[in-house]
Amino acid sequence: MIYLAVLGRVVLGTLGALGRVTIFAFSAIVHIFRPPLYVGQFLTSLVQIGWLSLPVVGLTALFTGGALVMQIYAGGARFNAQAVVPQIVAIGMVRELGPVLVGLMVAARVTAAIAAEIATMKVTEQLDALITLSTDPMRYLTVPRVLAALLVVPLLVAVGDVIGIMGGYIVATGSLGFNPTAYLRNTVDFLEPLDIASSLIKGAAFGMIAAIMGCYFGMNADRGARGVGRATKSAVEAAAVLILAANFVLTALIFAL
Amino acid sequence: MITLTDIHKTFDGKPILRGVNLTLPQGQSTVVIGASGSGKSVLMRSILGLVTPDSGTITHQDAPLNPQAFLNDFGMLFQGAALFDSLPIWQNVAFRLLRQMPKPRARAIALQKLARVGLDADVADRLPATLSGGMQKRAGLARAIATDPSVIFFDEPTTGLDPIMARTINTLIRDIVSETNATTLTITHDMTTVHSIADQVALLDKGKIRWHGTPAQMATATDDKLQAFLFSGS
Repeated sequence: MIYLAVLGRVVLGTLGALGRVTIFAFSAIVHIFRPPLYVGQFLTSLVQIGWLSLPVVGLTALFTGGALVMQIYAGGARFNAQAVVPQIVAIGMVRELGPVLVGLMVAARVTAAIAAEIATMKVTEQLDALITLSTDPMRYLTVPRVLAALLVVPLLVAVGDVIGIMGGYIVATGSLGFNPTAYLRNTVDFLEPLDIASSLIKGAAFGMIAAIMGCYFGMNADRGARGVGRATKSAVEAAAVLILAANFVLTALIFAL
Repeated sequence: MITLTDIHKTFDGKPILRGVNLTLPQGQSTVVIGASGSGKSVLMRSILGLVTPDSGTITHQDAPLNPQAFLNDFGMLFQGAALFDSLPIWQNVAFRLLRQMPKPRARAIALQKLARVGLDADVADRLPATLSGGMQKRAGLARAIATDPSVIFFDEPTTGLDPIMARTINTLIRDIVSETNATTLTITHDMTTVHSIADQVALLDKGKIRWHGTPAQMATATDDKLQAFLFSGS
């Protein structure tokens, strides 16, 4: 009986938390379409989420693309299918690894930064100060970050896709003996518009998830340094899990059609 | 005038405010004193709409208080100043002004207010983290009075300051309040603040107003809780 009660409490607690996150996310999305937009905050967010994420995204994609080529080449060699390396790298990077890796890197970098910043603002009463200055924290803090992530993470994914493919190209042509021209032609010819569209759609969804989780957990942080730490940890965990779950759902929706 | 009538608030089954009745007269300085956990912050947050009372009414100028409208003519000095880390001092001070007027004019007013609280113009472009606690409090005070509001709240204005800086802040608050004729509410443990700025004093104890009077009446009051508080706070 006690186990059932504990299970019930856990289920109710989880459902309650999911409900609160959903309402927050819905409210954030609705507020995107309502003025005013704090342009300064938005531009700062564009730079912080997009421009400053480029190095980590680029390096992640570069190394992943290179490693992917080696794996596929080794695996393909078991049944004389080394020739399909460019095609499989392209589809693997664009459909899956590019968006997921960029999403996870954004979750690690951007979600953590947003959650820590907003949680610190809450702990130091800066959120209350915003309210007393007739400024809605949802509009001032959440909307610019969510909108910036929505717009810029697809671009990061596109950049990650290209760099990942180039990482594979460098390894394939540099050490595995592939013809450079043929490698690029096979890559370009094999990709379809839907592959690229799915990559960008996933990027937009993952960007929103990363920003919303950072803002939600930041604004709901408990008091003190421990509260800030816990909010940051929870935000990154939630963003990472939701990005992987959303990837599954989006893949099923886009490619099972 | 702001009037609180029979305000109750409970958190997690624990009553924090238990029927608070308090009036903040127009143009007067009301100071609420009380031990930690007595409900002072919840009381202030209830007026601001940051906490919704379970029951009771709050009126402003004899009409139910609408937090959004109320906050348009309001300033507040927070306990830790609560300056926005990412903005330079002048933009903190001019935060509300920047939505109402061109940037150069807002900056000019911000510099005026900084000067009023004794801060030089050279701090205007610095970030809050580069200022001392006392300077941050002054900047917070400049932000609170930036739009010349008719209502100003002070949350523990001298907490964390050395005695000299605390006296300076008290003097600034007293002078600014008398210049602007604002209705003010101050929450504090600091009896020096009470004697420096209060027109009327209320002792909040276990969620209720236990004693209410002027600073002069406080010295002769026989309420044991008040005397205990005065003794421990002096």
